[in-house]
Amino acid sequence: MSIQDRKIDDEGLAYGVSKLTTDKIQQTFNALINNETGAKLKAFSETCMRCGMCAEACHFFVSHGNDPSYAPVGKVSQTMSKLLADNGKVTPDDIYGMAQIAYTECNLCRRCVHYCPIGIDVAYIMTTIRRFCHKLGVTPQYIQDTAHSHSATMNQMWVKDDEWIDSLFWQEDEAREEFPGLRIPMDKEGADFYYSVIAPEPKFRTQLIYQAAAIMNQAGCDWTMPSMPGWDNSDMCMYSGDFEMMGRLKRQHYELAQNLKVSRIVMGECGHAFRSIYDNGNRWLGYKDYPVPVVHSIEFFAELFEQGKIKLTGKIQEPVTIHDPCNIIRGYGLMDKLRYVAHQLCDNIVEMYPNREHNFCCSAGGGVINCGPPFKKVRVEGNLAKANQLKATGAKICIAPCHNCHGGLEDIIHHYDLGIELKFLGDLIYELMEKPE
Amino acid sequence: MNSLYNFAVGPLAWAAFIILAVTAVWRLWSMYNLAKQKDASSVAYMSWQFSLRSIVNWLIPYNSLGWKTNPVLTAVTFIFHICFVVLVIFVTPHQILLENAFGITYPTLSSEAADVLTLITIACCCYFVYRRVTNVTVRYVTRSNDWISLGLVAAPLVTALLGSWGVGGEIMPLLHVLTAEALIVAIPFTRLAHILFALFTRAYIGSEFGGVRHCKDW
Repeated sequence: MSIQDRKIDDEGLAYGVSKLTTDKIQQTFNALINNETGAKLKAFSETCMRCGMCAEACHFFVSHGNDPSYAPVGKVSQTMSKLLADNGKVTPDDIYGMAQIAYTECNLCRRCVHYCPIGIDVAYIMTTIRRFCHKLGVTPQYIQDTAHSHSATMNQMWVKDDEWIDSLFWQEDEAREEFPGLRIPMDKEGADFYYSVIAPEPKFRTQLIYQAAAIMNQAGCDWTMPSMPGWDNSDMCMYSGDFEMMGRLKRQHYELAQNLKVSRIVMGECGHAFRSIYDNGNRWLGYKDYPVPVVHSIEFFAELFEQGKIKLTGKIQEPVTIHDPCNIIRGYGLMDKLRYVAHQLCDNIVEMYPNREHNFCCSAGGGVINCGPPFKKVRVEGNLAKANQLKATGAKICIAPCHNCHGGLEDIIHHYDLGIELKFLGDLIYELMEKPE
Repeated sequence: MNSLYNFAVGPLAWAAFIILAVTAVWRLWSMYNLAKQKDASSVAYMSWQFSLRSIVNWLIPYNSLGWKTNPVLTAVTFIFHICFVVLVIFVTPHQILLENAFGITYPTLSSEAADVLTLITIACCCYFVYRRVTNVTVRYVTRSNDWISLGLVAAPLVTALLGSWGVGGEIMPLLHVLTAEALIVAIPFTRLAHILFALFTRAYIGSEFGGVRHCKDW
């Protein structure tokens, strides 16, 4: 019934905490409250009536037999409420628990907003706890490694500049066997858009670049992919609490479009990367809206279908369900476009409930999957709710247009033995589209 | 006793309302300034349209996911708030005080109706207590502030009802006035501050969901 009863060994957390003193914690907390937080945190903290209505919203809560320490308000109570009540005078051991809650037991999915009459944004409070832990140097090892990679290479996976370019050449070369004349135009100035991906694509899902190139090629797009840092749109720094680095990453991503003189950026099928450009990174940089137009793959594919640029040879007949990724649905309202594209591709869509902006998170998002193997069991067992949702559809295929959702759902499908195949929209489009003989 | 009562409904009541007005304005004003200074990247998205959309949708019982999931609490919450506001405005003694102070007259509740509404409101408070003790999540996060706020709200209701039934003689109306004044003064400094801030937090999250997230927040 408390984080103290379920601490998980993590080298990053243990090392960070070993260097803390109560004084340092208090000083850092006061600096955070005085310099970085304001009316939002104050109003949320004072106005929360502790009614517990948010509990049912959280997959961690419902999947853990309604354990109150997993309820959104329970997590706030063990972290921010405790810090505020004690003026930041807590022990290093307390910080370990707070970091574990904020980084690994909350996906920042904002489902609980739909349950709170007062409109309290628990994701913001948990993000603020992460920011605090980052400032204290207490971050889970795996996510910190990706944040280090961002700082050193401007991408999440330690992909070297030449390896990135080689990956593009390699995919272009492979694809030309199937699509003669196909190009992945590199650094083409003045193209309609540049296509950005997350670093796991060149690292271990390279076929997605192949598929994207195939789709762009068949649709006759005027596009390019950049050779320079900034090609990676992902942003684990946003989740680790390293907002300074988050700002640098997003600035580079936007400025790359300006350097290439493209009209817009099209982003691959990723949720968190999109959140970082429309919600967090842009705000940090002081942009209310994008400085360069940005569209998510869902919007882009919808556009291609509307303009008749993709011709299909058929549609999927098996029952297919749709997973609504938090960051693009509850975060950006692309549920209708997602359904439009899905219905172009599949004849038999079975909705899972609750869906659209009320959908349950995959339990991988918010950087939780990036905290690595030590916390895998927690997130997988913490999402029995999703497994039940998926099972109830009877679908054989699930569309999930987000990388983190893929990672999380794969684990859930495997753990609960659901026998469902996961697909990106790009997978289905590539599979179904007309190809050269 | 009579002079004490007159003091309580006279100067003390004025003092309570003035303290409330001053502190409420001060709290709202300082919160507004803090928001402008520290939360500019959130304030930028504030929108009348999405604020009102959110407020209206949450004022409809069983419209939001939260209300639907907690059917009993929803009924009790709505009944409690409506009855409380109706009682504050429409019980005859309150109207008489307003008439004496400002010459305002309007139709009021019969004393029987007022008693029934008071009973209902007290029953709602009892449910809040029951839930705070029996619901594991609520119990897990309940601190002394939550009990203080509930006590502050319940006290004037209980004293009003007992007074109306003639229990405790002259002391009860006096206790009613004093507990009500304690409640009034406590609003800006306890969980009851939601009376001041909830509309704004709702408006803010409504604006975020409407303007940034392009989806509903209910």
